[in-house]
Amino acid sequence: MIRLTVNQKTHKVDVDPDMPLLWVIRDIIGLTGTKYGCGVAQCGACVVHLNGEAVRSCVTKVSRAANQKIVTIEGLSLHNDHPLQQAWAEIDVPQCGYCQSGQLMSAAVLLKENPQPDDAAIDAAMSGNLCRCGTYPRIRKAIHRAAELQQEAGKKPF
Amino acid sequence: MTTITRRSFLKNAGGAGVALWLGLYVHGEVGKTTSPVTAAHFTPWILIESGGKITIYNTKPEIGQGTFQAIPALIAEELEVSLDQVTILNSNGEKELGTAQRAGGSASVRTSFSDLRKVGASAKEVLIQAAASTWGVDAATCYAENATVYHRASGKSIAYGDLVETAAKIELPKTPVLKDGKDFKIIGKSMRRPDVPLKTNGSAVFGIDVKVDGMRYASVERCPVIGGTLKQFDASAALKIKGVVTVVPVERVYGIHRNTGVAVIADNYWAALQGRKKLRVEWDTKGFEHFQSDEYEAGLRLMVSQEGLTDKNKGDIDALTIAPENLVEAFYETPMVAHHPMEPLNCIAQVKDDQVELWTSTQVPSNVTGSGPNDLHKLIGVAPENIKLHATFVGGGFGRRLYLDFIVEAVNIAKQVNYPVKVIWTREDTTEQGPFRPMTFSQLQGGFSAEGKLVTFRHKVISPSYAESVGRNFDPNKVDGTMVEGIAEQAYEIPNIRTAYVRAGYHVPVAAWRSVTSSTVAFAQECFLDELAWKAGMDPMSFRLSLLSAPSDTKRVLLTLKEVSGWDRPLPKGSGRGVATWEFFAGLCGQTVEVTHLSDGRIRIDKVVAVIDLGEVVNPDNVRNQTEGAIIMALGAAVKPDIRLKHGKVTHHNFYDNLLPRISETPLIDVHILAEGGKVKGVGEPGLPPFAPALANAIFAATGKRNRKMPFDLHV
Ligand code: FES
Ligand code: FES
Repeated sequence: MIRLTVNQKTHKVDVDPDMPLLWVIRDIIGLTGTKYGCGVAQCGACVVHLNGEAVRSCVTKVSRAANQKIVTIEGLSLHNDHPLQQAWAEIDVPQCGYCQSGQLMSAAVLLKENPQPDDAAIDAAMSGNLCRCGTYPRIRKAIHRAAELQQEAGKKPF
Repeated sequence: MTTITRRSFLKNAGGAGVALWLGLYVHGEVGKTTSPVTAAHFTPWILIESGGKITIYNTKPEIGQGTFQAIPALIAEELEVSLDQVTILNSNGEKELGTAQRAGGSASVRTSFSDLRKVGASAKEVLIQAAASTWGVDAATCYAENATVYHRASGKSIAYGDLVETAAKIELPKTPVLKDGKDFKIIGKSMRRPDVPLKTNGSAVFGIDVKVDGMRYASVERCPVIGGTLKQFDASAALKIKGVVTVVPVERVYGIHRNTGVAVIADNYWAALQGRKKLRVEWDTKGFEHFQSDEYEAGLRLMVSQEGLTDKNKGDIDALTIAPENLVEAFYETPMVAHHPMEPLNCIAQVKDDQVELWTSTQVPSNVTGSGPNDLHKLIGVAPENIKLHATFVGGGFGRRLYLDFIVEAVNIAKQVNYPVKVIWTREDTTEQGPFRPMTFSQLQGGFSAEGKLVTFRHKVISPSYAESVGRNFDPNKVDGTMVEGIAEQAYEIPNIRTAYVRAGYHVPVAAWRSVTSSTVAFAQECFLDELAWKAGMDPMSFRLSLLSAPSDTKRVLLTLKEVSGWDRPLPKGSGRGVATWEFFAGLCGQTVEVTHLSDGRIRIDKVVAVIDLGEVVNPDNVRNQTEGAIIMALGAAVKPDIRLKHGKVTHHNFYDNLLPRISETPLIDVHILAEGGKVKGVGEPGLPPFAPALANAIFAATGKRNRKMPFDLHV
C-alpha cells in the first residue's frame, strides 16, 4: 500500500511501486485532468505539482510521491478562479484543450517563482509543454495577464 | 432518408415534464453544399423543456476548432436565446441528426451557415405563434427575445418553457425568415467559448478519460515494419506481469491496408504496457523490410519523365513556342508528416451479442453509426442500428480522427472478451504506424512571352495516391483529385495551363492531414511563382497582382495583405519578406512572413501577417486562434524532421526525434479577417498552406537561398 495525498485528499493505493504517478492518478484514483501525451517527459501534458514543484508524472514513479503533497489540475483552485484560469478564459487560450492542464500546471509554478515573467522567462519555463493546436501566442499573453491579475489580487486589503 | 414527424419527438423528458424537440434538418449529402435544399425532414437539434431548460446539439465534433460554440451560435442567434441560456451537448451520431455529424474540410460553419440558422428560426416562429394563439393575437404583433415571446402592444410575455405544449402542435415552417446580419447578437462577435472553463480545470472529458464499469485496458503491438503482419506470438512472459489478463491477436483495417497485431489486456494501462514489452512476436514482413524512403524518393524523381494523367488543360499550351531563355523550370519536394493530435488515439469498445457500444474521440460520429458504404458497420460486420456511440471532446484531430481504423481495432479486441476494453495508442504507436500525410513531388514550368508576360504554366504532381490508400473512388486511369488539389484553381490569369498527375504505388498508408494536399502542393506552386517573379524582375507582390486584373477574392486578400503587412515598408539589410496565398476547397488565406538572417547564419522569423477571407465570421477571436495554430502547425511541417522509413520502419519514435514547434519558436502572428459577404469559407485549414511558401520566399529575399525541399533549415 502506498499513501498518496492528492489535492489534500489521502488515498491508499495497492500498485506496483514503479508505476508512473500519471497512471495511478488517472486509472486508479480516477482524476483524469492530468493527461498522457508522450510518456517520456517530452510534452508536459502530465505535469502535476509535487511539493510545489512541477514534475512530469509520466516519468515519476509512484513510490517517489508516497507521502508527499501532490496537486493536480483539479486542485489548482477551488472555483476555477486561479489567476491563470481566469486569464485563460479571458484570452480564450485553449483549442482542443488536451495540453492545457499541463500548460496551466507549468505556468502556475512559473508565476509562483517569478511573479512578473517576461517573454523570455515564459518561453524558458513553458518550452517543455507542447501544444499541437498551436495556442502558444495566447499562452504567452495569458501568463502576462495572469501576472497582472495576481498582482491586483495581492494588493487587495484583507 | 427517413422522414420523422416532429410529433414523435414530443415526449416525456422525465422530471422535466413535457419536452419539445424542434428543428428543421435540411442537410443534403455529406460534403455537398446545401443549396438548393434537396431533402427536408424534422429532427431534433433543439430541445426545450417545459421547465425552461434549452438544449442545443452540437453536431460537429469539437476538435479544438471551436464548433462547440460556433454551431450552437448559429441556432441560438435565430432562436433568440443567448449561449449562457442553453446547455450544449455534443451529438453522438444519432440518426435523426443526419449524416453530416463530422468535422473535416473546414466545413462545419461554411456548410451550415444558413441551414442551422433556419433550424433556430423555424423554432422561434413556432414559439411566437404559440404565444400569439395563447393570447388570441396576430403573430406579427409579437417578437422573441431572451428565450421569451413578447406581445409588442401590451408588453405581455411568455417564456419559451411555458410554450412547449402549445408549440408542439404547430407545424414547423419550411421557409422561416432569417435575421438581417446587422441584427446579429452572437454571430460576428468575439465571445468566450463555453468549453474553455472545462478545459482549464480538468473537467472536460476526452475519449481517453472515459471510464466504463468493468472496463479493462489494452495496448497493441503492431508490426514495426509497415505492411507486415502477425505470424505468431508467445504471450507466456506477458501473462506473468501482474495485472495482465489476456493477450489476443487483433486486426486493424485502414483502407486497403489490413494488418494483425497483438493486444495485451490488463487491469490498468501501465500493466498492459509492461506486458506488451514481454511479448515475443514473429512478424511476416513480406519483403517490406527492405523498403528505404531514400530509394523510394529517388524513384519519384525519375518518374518526372512520365507524362502522367492530365488534370486540367486550359488554353493551348502545346501550340506555343517559348524561347528557352524565357522558360523557368523547378522541381520541388515535400515530405511525409504525422498528425500527432495531443490526445493519443483511443477507443473503448464493448461487444455484447450483436450490440456494439463505443466511447471515443472521433471527427466522424456519422461514419461510426451510419449505414453508408464506407461506414463502420461494413468494417466490423455489425448492423448500423446496433452500434451506439458516446462521442466526447476530441483532443485534436488534424485529419487523423477522420478514419475508423483505431475503432475497428478496438471492436475486434472487444469481440474476443466479455468486458469493455479501452485501447490507447502510445505516442510511439502514432509516430511509427501512420497513416501519414503523403509526400508530393512537383515539376513546375513557367513560360514568358517575348513581351515578358507569363503565358504558360505547368505543374505535374508525382506522389502516392490518397484514394488508392484509403480505398475510396480509386481509379488508376483517373487523376486522384486529392493529390492535385487547388493547383489549377488559383485566380492568377495565365492563359495556358496544364496540370498533371503521376501516381506512384506505395505500401505505406497515407491520410488527409490538416489542409490535405494543399499543405504540400501550395509550397511548390507558391514558391515557384516567386521564382517567376524574380525572373520577371518584379517584386513578388506586384507580380502576383499583375496576374490579377479581374476582381477576385485572391486579389482582395492580396491587396489587404499588402496594406496590413506594410509590404512596401523597406526592411533593414539582412531581412526579407515573402508572400504566398492559396485558395482551395476549405477556403482562402494569404500571408506574409518577415525574416532576418542573423550573423550566426540562423534565420529568425520576425513576423507573420495573415489575411483570411471568410465571407461570414461567427467568432472572430476564435478565427484568429485557429489561424495562429495553423501557422504554427505549418511551421513544424516546414522545418522539423519528416517521417522517413529505413528497412521498412519509421525512424522516429516520439517527440524527442519527431519534433514539433515549441513556444520558444513561435513567431509574432497578426491575423486579419475579411468578412465581406459572399461565399462562406472555412476557418480550420486555410491558414496552413500559405505559410511554408511565404517563409521560404522570405528566406530567399533575405539570403538569396531558394529552398525547394521541405523540411528546410532555418539556417543559411
Ligand atoms: S506525458 Fe509526460 S511529458 Fe508527455
Ligand atoms: S490546445 Fe490542443 S494541444 Fe494544446
